[in-house]
Amino acid sequence: MLRYIIFAPLAGAVINWLVGRRLRNERFIGLVACASVGVSTLIAFYLAFKSNGALHIGEPNDTTPIMDHLWTWIQVGSFRADFGLAMDRLSGIYALFVTFVGLLIHIFATGYMRGDGGYYRFFAYLNLFMFAMLTLVLADNFLLMFVGWEGVGLCSYLLIGFYLDKEEAAPAAKKAFIANRVGDWGFILGLMLIFFTTGSISFFDKSSLGVKSALQTIATMPIDGFGWHAIFAGGITSIAVLLFIGAIGKSAQIPLFVWLPDAMAGPTPVSALIHAATMVTAGVYMVVRCSAIYTHAPTAMFIVAITGAATALFAATIGIAQNDIKKVLAYSTISQLGYMFLACGMGAFVAAIFHVMTHAFFKAQLFLGSGSVINGMHHEQDMRRMGGLRKYMPVTWLTMCAGWLAICGVPIFAGFFSKDEILWKTWSASGSGMPPGFGKALWFIGAVTALLTAVYMTRLMVMTFWGKERFHVAQIDNLRDENHAQGHAQVNNLRHTPHESPLSMTIPLIVLAVLSTVGGLVGVPYAISSLTGGHPENYFEQTLEPAISAVPNTTSNSAEAANQLRWLSPPPQPVDGKPAFAPTQESNGGEAIPSAAEISQERLFALISVAIALLGIGIGWLMFQSQPLRQMPRLLENKYYVDEIYDAAIINPIHVGSRVGLWKLFDVGVIDGLIHDLGRAVIDFGKTIRYMQIGFVRAYAAIILAGALIIIGYFAYNGAHVLRFLVR
Amino acid sequence: MLALLFILFAGMAIGCAISMVAQRNPLYSAISLIGVFISLACLYVTLSAPFIAAVQVIVYAGAIMVLVVFVIMLLNVDQPERQPRRLRSLVPIAVGLAAILFAEAAFIIFFVQQAPLTPTHSISNVGLTSSIGTGLFTSYLLPFEITSILLLMAIVGAMSLARRGGLIRPRVDGGEKGTNNRQ
Amino acid sequence: MNMAPQLSWYLALSAVLFTIGVVGVLVKRNVISMFMCIELMLNAVNLTFVAFSSFFRDVSGQLFVFIVMTVAAAEAAVGLGIIISIFRNRESLDVDDSSVLKL
Repeated sequence: MLRYIIFAPLAGAVINWLVGRRLRNERFIGLVACASVGVSTLIAFYLAFKSNGALHIGEPNDTTPIMDHLWTWIQVGSFRADFGLAMDRLSGIYALFVTFVGLLIHIFATGYMRGDGGYYRFFAYLNLFMFAMLTLVLADNFLLMFVGWEGVGLCSYLLIGFYLDKEEAAPAAKKAFIANRVGDWGFILGLMLIFFTTGSISFFDKSSLGVKSALQTIATMPIDGFGWHAIFAGGITSIAVLLFIGAIGKSAQIPLFVWLPDAMAGPTPVSALIHAATMVTAGVYMVVRCSAIYTHAPTAMFIVAITGAATALFAATIGIAQNDIKKVLAYSTISQLGYMFLACGMGAFVAAIFHVMTHAFFKAQLFLGSGSVINGMHHEQDMRRMGGLRKYMPVTWLTMCAGWLAICGVPIFAGFFSKDEILWKTWSASGSGMPPGFGKALWFIGAVTALLTAVYMTRLMVMTFWGKERFHVAQIDNLRDENHAQGHAQVNNLRHTPHESPLSMTIPLIVLAVLSTVGGLVGVPYAISSLTGGHPENYFEQTLEPAISAVPNTTSNSAEAANQLRWLSPPPQPVDGKPAFAPTQESNGGEAIPSAAEISQERLFALISVAIALLGIGIGWLMFQSQPLRQMPRLLENKYYVDEIYDAAIINPIHVGSRVGLWKLFDVGVIDGLIHDLGRAVIDFGKTIRYMQIGFVRAYAAIILAGALIIIGYFAYNGAHVLRFLVR
Repeated sequence: MLALLFILFAGMAIGCAISMVAQRNPLYSAISLIGVFISLACLYVTLSAPFIAAVQVIVYAGAIMVLVVFVIMLLNVDQPERQPRRLRSLVPIAVGLAAILFAEAAFIIFFVQQAPLTPTHSISNVGLTSSIGTGLFTSYLLPFEITSILLLMAIVGAMSLARRGGLIRPRVDGGEKGTNNRQ
Repeated sequence: MNMAPQLSWYLALSAVLFTIGVVGVLVKRNVISMFMCIELMLNAVNLTFVAFSSFFRDVSGQLFVFIVMTVAAAEAAVGLGIIISIFRNRESLDVDDSSVLKL
């Protein structure tokens, strides 16, 4: 039954492409698209929550996945890759929110894309994307996951470049695909290295088919040492670093993040679905799925954590200076993805997935809300021309407030719990081999980023919804992004006033707002829930932790050591459910109850997070409420000139090298020159031979003589013996 | 004695031959060629072939060269050969090829000399007219007859080639006197 | 006076004459001159035949010379007839003007 989750959207895509093109009936196309995703959602929920479902409600230690083997795809020698699906706890959670948020976005898009000439094409691509994303998530081996990985990259390309008449869409699509491809290089190498090391590329043991789990094999290998040499040694650290390079490309971390802001050239539902909620989190999914690999490679985790933290801070600094509403959200996405990787790097995989889920809710909400704003403003995207919209678009305003408070980290909204957990686990981390104070330093970067997040999100909200209405002003000084806004600016400012969006768009907004508000309550940490008599492990942790390896302790595997790492999951359990060693915790199946000192410290940090959030909101309000058009530093507004640096350092040399070196020098000079010289040689040869038939009698005579000489010479040389006979 | 004669006549022959090739005026070339023929005839005599020597002088020098001189005079080739020279490269090529030819000939001669051979000291009777006549009319009769036919062909050919009006004369239709009044 | 001339001397002389004739055929531009050089070549061959006939005391060499002379005469007649025809057509005795036999 698992297969229908991925094949329903594929069928929807095919139907939309073949039939929808003929019919051109928007209602039909929208219905097919949403229904196919709806089918996937229903099946996913059913399979997850049924009595023996993927999430194993009520059986904490059982992590056997639901598997569906479709066919054996490749079997060459000892290499085996199946087209097989598996929904275990991790992919189950992912499938749930991917399908549900995807469904909401599909519904939103039926309203947003109304009137577009490529309606059928859009929904065909969107369904194709769902197919690829679900394949990625539900795959049971690396190669099939890579198929989905590439598929989402392809659909991202198709959808970013959806507007055929928008000049910046096609280069943005190319940029996205190429940046992804650079990352895929690492992914493929990592995949090969995994096969080379373990002899298998499957995630799970499938003993009936004779397939062993690669992750299980790695989990039993010794832990790599910490140091730069480990990266190039060809061991587990190399695998981890190579896979992470793939994640850098897909999830837009430094240095391959440059495609994500440009990808905002696509339609807003695309930005919401692909570049906020689902595709960009595929990198996080992959890292968490390979948690067995990463926990055995401390150098890799170090790199992951540093990259995540740096990206988070970097993107946040750029985000506060952007004027396009979608670009602010794009950089915000990059920043939040940095948080997720920071969590992974510090060993808090559960917290990372929790943040993925809550981020899907509030970021999709924010993107769809911005889409609603853009739609209401008749495709005006520059925030400097908005203002005071809250009385024209109340539903959009209220729902975006929910998303805004969630991303800032205000309790009880969803973002607070997930972000706070990441920050707490960063502060209190003490993994094997990490430099001392590492966690504290990264916590500080995370805290500054949280502050900046609150500031720029408040700026976005204030500039858009509060203050004076600026959309009547025809001209604003130093406008920069002209292309799309210019055409509408003159028209809109004179004729239309902003209006609220239709029901097809507002209902998903409301649903997502509700999720942004209450979606975090499944992951309330014990430090807070203990105030109200909660379980040592919250619902989310209970579900997910047994399926993820923990950072092993360097000292020993004794009970005391296990108790020291109470903020992590219980001692590592292999994925197929058999425990590696006896758990030492209480019978409630979760972790040991943390000590009182730890709880109070965690509560303190929660308060600090709240304070940071409120401080950021306050700063943003004060700075921008009175002066919405306050000029931000040019360096940040121009995104540190990263694109220009890449152009100069990498792109242009390649262009010039190709044009001058490969084309002019080699192709035209050597290869064409070879052909030309060959031809000229033939012509010259012909010119010489021409003299043989020139018409001059004397020349003919000379040639006859030459031929005669040759024959005479031959006989003279060979016949000398004969002559000797004759004369004797 | 014979060697001296040989050297004398050989020198004359070579000298006249070179002169013949080097002269621009074809008439002088013809005269030089006659000189070659005469020196060759003398050589034939030293080789005890008197009949051949006589025939050489009569036929070659007396008939063929006279004919050639007639044609030269007839065609009035006085104009100098100062036209634009084409195929300039042919001269060195010709010299080269000739050198190769001579080298090959020398090579062959070298091997021939390997064979022991007794030179003639006494005058033999091989070249007497009677022996030639005997050979010509007995064992070489067929070539003799064919040669005469060849001469006939040559006469006919020469006549038809050189006739004024071309090789094939269009048949003038003289039968129709009454039909064609235009003159 | 040192010794009698060897066969090889005659053959060498013949080769020299033949070579000179070859050079003449290729170098001379006047048709009649070219023809005369061909006659020279024929005579060189005649000398070879006579030399062999003398040194091997075989008469057939001289008979062949006889026939060669006859053929040379016939050839002279016909060849000069051709030359006259060519002259009639082209008004020139330059053999390079008769370069029609080309592609």
